[in-house]
Amino acid sequence: MAYLQALFGYMWPAVWALAKIVAIVVPMLLAVAYLTYAERKVIGYMQVRIGPNRVGYKGLLQPIADGIKLMMKEIIIPSGANKFLFVLAPVLTIAPALAAWAVIPFSPQVVLANVDAGLLYILAITSMGVYGVIIAGWASNSKYAFLGSLRSAAQIVSYEIAMGFALVGVLMAAQSLNLTDIVNGQKGGIFSWYWLPLFPMFIVYFISGVAETNRAPFDVAEGESEIVAGFHVEYSGMAFAVFFLAEYANMILIAALTSLMFLGGWNPLFNIAPFTWIPGFVWLLLKIAFVLFLFLWLRATFPRYRYDQIMRLGWKVFIPITLVWVVVVGAVMQTPYAYLIH
Amino acid sequence: MNFVTAVFYFFSAILIFAAFRVVTTRNPVHAALFLVLAFFSASGLWLTLEAEFLAIALVLVYVGAVMVLFLFVVMMLDINIDRLREGFWNYLPLAALVATMLALEMAIVLGSRSFGLNIIPAPIAHPAGYSNTKELGSLLYTDYVYPFELAAVILLVAIIAAIALTMRRRKNSKYQDPAEQVKVKREDRVRMVEMATDQPSSTRS
Repeated sequence: MAYLQALFGYMWPAVWALAKIVAIVVPMLLAVAYLTYAERKVIGYMQVRIGPNRVGYKGLLQPIADGIKLMMKEIIIPSGANKFLFVLAPVLTIAPALAAWAVIPFSPQVVLANVDAGLLYILAITSMGVYGVIIAGWASNSKYAFLGSLRSAAQIVSYEIAMGFALVGVLMAAQSLNLTDIVNGQKGGIFSWYWLPLFPMFIVYFISGVAETNRAPFDVAEGESEIVAGFHVEYSGMAFAVFFLAEYANMILIAALTSLMFLGGWNPLFNIAPFTWIPGFVWLLLKIAFVLFLFLWLRATFPRYRYDQIMRLGWKVFIPITLVWVVVVGAVMQTPYAYLIH
Repeated sequence: MNFVTAVFYFFSAILIFAAFRVVTTRNPVHAALFLVLAFFSASGLWLTLEAEFLAIALVLVYVGAVMVLFLFVVMMLDINIDRLREGFWNYLPLAALVATMLALEMAIVLGSRSFGLNIIPAPIAHPAGYSNTKELGSLLYTDYVYPFELAAVILLVAIIAAIALTMRRRKNSKYQDPAEQVKVKREDRVRMVEMATDQPSSTRS
């Protein structure tokens, strides 16, 4: 380490940060690749099919094969499209999904940037993901793509409000915006995690997360029976693959945030012997995997929402619920029962 | 020139370029996107001033919400650029006058003695545990609670006014009442009918 430090001189902090970013992004992309495999397998079994099983042992090399196939394909730019924005849109979609990982703690010490306002940073960065979708729809110069992007933009903006209020509840309970402090506020077993005192917010946050990532049953943005494939209908090859990657990266991000803020992060299920032997990082991974399974389960189970129902759910159900619960949490904090929340 | 200065010039250059393009670009969607870039670089500048809450709030509110809706509207408009440019030379004298006034006013404010480095010095570096957000919150709810509440009330009035202006009920529009839909029982829709079973006549011979 000292040798490397001397080699790079004053550039060392930048090089070291870059190395850490690579150490997060590469496993992330691998996780994304195998999440697509897991999705096909899980939904396959739920629908009494087998799922991919041809490439490699039990189909384990399927995501690699898909990746190579997409890379070999030509990226077609429609003749009426705005070339610059058309190419920029996938980049703008995946960049926030990856940038948000900067403040995600993996264990009490392991975090890329332990910033004070981590929760706010997450909210701000994830709110920028919608630009990729809007620009993709507009730059494609296609009616289907444009309709898809309009649907998606309205949906994301609506559900972000409910999501923000749910996070207000978390920050009131933890009395901190720092994600490491939020997890440390949930020390102990399953009953000291925030999902219990903030139960309505936990549910609202998770469902809003599904809506934010445009996943079924909220996937009207790409509703294939109505508008072909929505905002990315004109994209092909790797440009399409980047949208696909961004969707799954966002799923993993929402799953990680749900586990950190409501499911106790790296805290073991019960604070007794056999559970505490498992390292905290593994607990976090298990929780993320559990939430991701819920995503897949939802997709295999529920039919797509009608668009006006989506809007109604977001504005008339979720926002009032979270608003009321913010008041409840605030009121309880002033009583002797405040220990129930913290 | 240290690192922070380099960052400052980097973001300032992008900010000025983006702001310039907002008013010069011909395509309104491009203009809106350049405005987003301008907001983003401004938030970068605020970060160098250790105002991280304001910086993130700028991105969250303006980039994440206001500009999305703005873009939403601009994209759906069918704007004819030639029509917009029609009266350019007629309006130029008036516009030049307004621009000069604005520039003069800014020069008076920024050039006066109330804006120098001796009045507003660079922020002092804070220790690691310092929370800008907590500081801002406690200031807003103690020293500045009345202005803050006043701003909140004004916003509320604006919200109600905006809704009151745009809400109109059409008489002939059809919509469903979800409460009614949820209340539906099986008995309302399905009637079970008892029928005597009879032996199917043998069709296969």
